[in-house]
Amino acid sequence: MGKTLAEKILSDKAGTDLHAGDIVIIPVDLVFAQDGTAPLAIRQFEACNFAKLAHPESTIFFLDHNAPTPTKELSNDHLLVRDFARKKGARLSDVGEGISHQVIAESYARPGDVIVGADSHTVSAGALGAFSPGMGSTDVAVALGLGKTWLRVPSSIKVIVNGRMQNGVSAKDLVLHLIGSIGADGATYMSLEFCGETIEGMTVSQRITIANMAVEAGAKTGLFPADETTRGCLEAQGRGECYRPLQPDADAGYDRVIEIDAAALEPMVAKPHAVDNTAPVTEVKGTTVQQVFIGTCTNGRLDDLQIAADMLRGKTCHHDTRLLVTPASRKVLLDAVKAGYVQTLIEAGAVILPPGCAGCVGMHQGILADGEVCISTANRNFRGRMGNPNSFIYLSSPATAAASALRGEITDPREVI
Amino acid sequence: MLRGKALKYGDSISTDHIQPGRYNYLRSNLTELATHAFEDVDSSFISRVRKGDFVVAGKNFGLGSSREHAPIIIKLAGVSAVLAKSAARIFFRNAINVGLPVLICDTDRISDGDDLEVDLESSIINDLSNGVQISFNKIPVVMLDILNEGGLVPYINKYGDYRI
Repeated sequence: MGKTLAEKILSDKAGTDLHAGDIVIIPVDLVFAQDGTAPLAIRQFEACNFAKLAHPESTIFFLDHNAPTPTKELSNDHLLVRDFARKKGARLSDVGEGISHQVIAESYARPGDVIVGADSHTVSAGALGAFSPGMGSTDVAVALGLGKTWLRVPSSIKVIVNGRMQNGVSAKDLVLHLIGSIGADGATYMSLEFCGETIEGMTVSQRITIANMAVEAGAKTGLFPADETTRGCLEAQGRGECYRPLQPDADAGYDRVIEIDAAALEPMVAKPHAVDNTAPVTEVKGTTVQQVFIGTCTNGRLDDLQIAADMLRGKTCHHDTRLLVTPASRKVLLDAVKAGYVQTLIEAGAVILPPGCAGCVGMHQGILADGEVCISTANRNFRGRMGNPNSFIYLSSPATAAASALRGEITDPREVI
Repeated sequence: MLRGKALKYGDSISTDHIQPGRYNYLRSNLTELATHAFEDVDSSFISRVRKGDFVVAGKNFGLGSSREHAPIIIKLAGVSAVLAKSAARIFFRNAINVGLPVLICDTDRISDGDDLEVDLESSIINDLSNGVQISFNKIPVVMLDILNEGGLVPYINKYGDYRI
């Protein structure tokens, strides 16, 4: 039988023929941790008595979750990470450089790579054809020391998407629809593998939005083929030599096949307090929002900011609504400045926050008050996620978020564009 | 043999529920962080839990963030094992790596406060409060080897590498 994308990447990396269910020790191309998980990974690395990093040049520490830090304890965690990275010769992506997943997509991930990161949204690199499961600090500590990890080769779900999305509908709506359909554990331990004409027509940025949220269905990885779009993206990044084509075999075996008609999709939201608690935006429109958050590894890229800027150009946010915008990386921020999006957004009343995870993690930069409602382009809306268990988070696309900022209530973007 | 009371919760308890993000500044002070375990699900958890007790939950326990601090603070709070209908992938791996057994079984017949006895070798849970016997799924061999050493750090210290 042929191979899925996951089987293909892992077989190639292991140098042996692998199929779903096999347990394998596999070398890793890139290992990383972020400021929330790195201090523990560093302590576990030291507890394992590793003398040095297996591959310092392909080890990265990101300071993105609390960037810059709001407390002295987190500042001391940053100090620990900076010192360790310097002493061991690892790369450091410091405050302001951006969210790990975005920086990895911009500069590191290659089709066919195996990447492990101490962050659940490591799956984002699947958009470029990298097998990239999120792990915990101790697994990453051992990968830092040994340059390898162990894995069970996942079985796969094939998601075929055909049709043209209507105006105002985007990759975020597609992935919210998918998670709502299969549930937050619908792909646990599995690889979600995407194909179809809609997927072929998507930019890498849009693919990242989908790969990023594969974990919200429990998946180990969310994989896209590496195609001409991938090649174009890598070439634009100045690393076209990293490209290699990657497609699943036509006779690969899947546990399940899901077909989605993109033309039938509507703007979607995930309602409080679960990502799979999805509904069409029409069901909740009119819900008052005090805060709108556009950013994160899910939807903080240039095209996301462009959607918001286009919708808000020459207009102002509702007077009772705060709009927080966080570019996913320094590059996104600079590109958005050059394109004029930052000025447009500021003129519309937005607060521009430094590149990083910002309010998504619940430590700072937009903690909600009791009873407040936020509509966010992030990937999680668990109770307390944005720092207050007595607040409410709706997840949506950038278009729906920007439309909601204009009216101060959850708004169908098709009414505004 | 593990013995303790059941602290019962529902489905979809995320790692954000277990270790709320607003306490991330305490991640280098795990003892203090553990005093906030499960705060957003059950504010009485820390006052109720006794050494050896079990967290008993529904499906998809530990979904979401990869924060290993979640299983660590469950263990620091004194919990000897998590019993759930299913568990999220990263949480399951993290729990084993820090030496916290996660036992997948039908938890419907266990009630909050029940006295439980868990035999890891025979994969049997005895609910002493209602006389019900429940079996749990065998932990995959590769993970059982790690668990038997007390977690991945002692495992690596002993073997120096993965043994699969």
